[in-house]
Amino acid sequence: MAKGLFGSSLMKKFWMSITGLFLISFLLVHCALNALIFANDGGMLFNQGAHFMGTNIIIRTMEIVLFGGLIAHVVDGLMLFFQNRSARPVKYAYEKPSASSKWYSRSMALLGTLILLFLILHLYHFWLRTRITGLTVQPTHVFFEGHKLEDLYGEMKFVFSHLWVVIVYVLGCFSLFWHLLHGFRSAFQSLGLNYTKYKNGIAFCGDLFSVVIPTVFAAMPVSMYMGWVH
Amino acid sequence: MEKGMNLKLKVWRQKSTADKGGIVDYNVNNVSPDMSFLEMIDVLNEDLVKKGDDPVAFDHDCREGICGMCSMFINGEAHGPNRGVTTCQLHMRSFKDGDTVYVEPWRSEGFPVIKDLMVNRGAFDRIQQAGGFVSVNTSGRTMDANAIPIPKEDADKAFDAATCIGCGACVATCPNGSAMLFVGAKVSQFALLPQGQVERKDRVLNMVKQMDEEGFGNCSNIGACEVQCPKNISLEVIARMNREYLTANVKPEN
Ligand code: SF4
Ligand code: FES
Repeated sequence: MAKGLFGSSLMKKFWMSITGLFLISFLLVHCALNALIFANDGGMLFNQGAHFMGTNIIIRTMEIVLFGGLIAHVVDGLMLFFQNRSARPVKYAYEKPSASSKWYSRSMALLGTLILLFLILHLYHFWLRTRITGLTVQPTHVFFEGHKLEDLYGEMKFVFSHLWVVIVYVLGCFSLFWHLLHGFRSAFQSLGLNYTKYKNGIAFCGDLFSVVIPTVFAAMPVSMYMGWVH
Repeated sequence: MEKGMNLKLKVWRQKSTADKGGIVDYNVNNVSPDMSFLEMIDVLNEDLVKKGDDPVAFDHDCREGICGMCSMFINGEAHGPNRGVTTCQLHMRSFKDGDTVYVEPWRSEGFPVIKDLMVNRGAFDRIQQAGGFVSVNTSGRTMDANAIPIPKEDADKAFDAATCIGCGACVATCPNGSAMLFVGAKVSQFALLPQGQVERKDRVLNMVKQMDEEGFGNCSNIGACEVQCPKNISLEVIARMNREYLTANVKPEN
């Protein structure tokens, strides 16, 4: 092998797309599960789903893999960013990049950083409290058919009662939208799967995914703040 | 005779690779819209020579879009504002009287400036030498290429890839300074043909290795290269190189 599984430019791209696609699959599961809040049953269905995810051994193991995948995506991305910067040591005096490419395609590192910042806040709000420190709202538990469930729904309502939080979350969703708009199809290109025959299909799925997932995510804090779900 | 345009040029001047260089302002008057961009620079140079100044050094050869020498980054775009053309095919009718025009060399770690607008594109030669060839037996019993059956579609794709003139506009325009459109084209033109099968795996591994060593950046699929390429080489060649590389890596032996 040329430079092993990691060293070369193409292998870095390969890992970027593999981890990216893995994170995309996570987004789908995360989004679908959280959309249970829209059942309008006082969070019953959602709390059961969250309980399952929090206690299932396979899911908990995947959680570790997920953190690993995320870190790999970030580290690989930063490596690409700095290498690419040094590939042009002297900058142009006058550049017109908008003539030949989209701003979000050129700003993946920036968008990724914004998403990461959002993610730190997001993990602090929910992951830390459900997995480690315990929920902030009282009562922290609800009962369902004799089972004691953590009231993550109540926690969501509490967190999303703050306007600034809602705004930050919506901005996070916008960053995600643009990141996905480039990242989804880019992943297939890096894997060499962007065959002429599939190109339009991949582009369509990518655009659809980039719009739908962040929109559903953004709808959660907004509708909780506005009191549209109960 | 109709009076030509007057232009304000901002040209990169650099005495040598070691020199720091900088933008120098020039006025060029009476430019005919029918001139090519290179002819306009010729007019400027004649002026400079008459004044006893050092003319602007720039690469050019065929002046008809086939050699790929005329590397100029014009007003923020490789080969200027038009699509599917090189600098020698860019006509002054694409500019207006009174325009300010920036002219800079390709900017890349892999293309050091030799002088003014001339860059050293030896990196492309070294990439090509690393695998961009087929070993054909020339002992006299070589099979006539026309006798080898090739699906029309493959032949067309290989030909499209082979139209790359190695100009380097893809590198110059890429925000990542990546050379993958060029390397993808060179890998593709052989990978698609039966003659290219013998060295197929080594070719992609070695060419990518050389590309990385030359200091070019990593492609992040921005797609600016495909827009600026004078030969309209498509991003598909990069996808093909990616899968050639991945399969060669996964399955290094037969
Ligand atoms: S791929 Fe296009 S832009 Fe790049 S070197 Fe070949 S002809 Fe020039
Ligand atoms: S001078 Fe040959 S392509 Fe322009």
